[in-house]
Amino acid sequence: MQSETKSHVDQLTSPAGHPVTVLRFEGDIASTSKDAVLGTYQALPKQTAKLILLDFTKVDYINSSGIALVIQLLIEAANSAQKVYAFGLSAHFTKVFTMVGITKYAGLFAGQAEALAAL
Amino acid sequence: MSEMKTTTVEVRLPSRMGFEKVAMSTAASVAKLMGFREDRVEDLKTAVAEACINAIEHGNRLNEKLSVGVVLSAGADSLEVKVIDDGKGMSKHQAKPDIDRKMHGEEDPRGMGMFLIQALVDEAEWVAGSNGKSSYVRLMIRLDKDAE
Repeated sequence: MQSETKSHVDQLTSPAGHPVTVLRFEGDIASTSKDAVLGTYQALPKQTAKLILLDFTKVDYINSSGIALVIQLLIEAANSAQKVYAFGLSAHFTKVFTMVGITKYAGLFAGQAEALAAL
Repeated sequence: MSEMKTTTVEVRLPSRMGFEKVAMSTAASVAKLMGFREDRVEDLKTAVAEACINAIEHGNRLNEKLSVGVVLSAGADSLEVKVIDDGKGMSKHQAKPDIDRKMHGEEDPRGMGMFLIQALVDEAEWVAGSNGKSSYVRLMIRLDKDAE
């Protein structure tokens, strides 16, 4: 019943010349999304992927279990000296992420261009 | 939906993760018919989804022989949603999540459902069934005409 979460990784370079790893998600982010969220993140090379951008543009539904997966990703990233940012959240989920405090550990941007310009 | 008194819509869900989206969509449809703003509809969708997830996972313990009842009562200026399960009810309210404690491994990353429900609707109460079953959470969201 929950739509499968798809994910893929893009490597980009910010206008300032920094390599940026973009994790793009599609579908629901829920309890069934562990492989798509944490698995995809954990497969990144920790020595070189230091700036990570989460793309939620094609995500319609995030529940509390999905938010917990994002927090687990942030914990692992903090322990690996990686910085995480996100873009593409709807106004509602931007509010929810702010309410639970995620914005303290992951900067949110409206779109990819704004995020890359800040990195 | 003009001159609405109280109109009731009921949905029964199997205790299977993912079916909370059926209740979420139904609640959104009723709220839109009542004239709620889009941002309030989104608040309601998340609150109803989290209430159903709690009912499926904690109330009915994912037992697919049990169903979750969702009763939406649309009044003139508010929408009440009851989500009913066969559990004993929530024994205590969750504290507000502390992201710093979560990030430092001092608090479970999960466990935000009740907080989200309370934060997103105007009223939320958890009622334990008198016989140790048929517990429910009651949510209320008001049509704020001044802000519409």
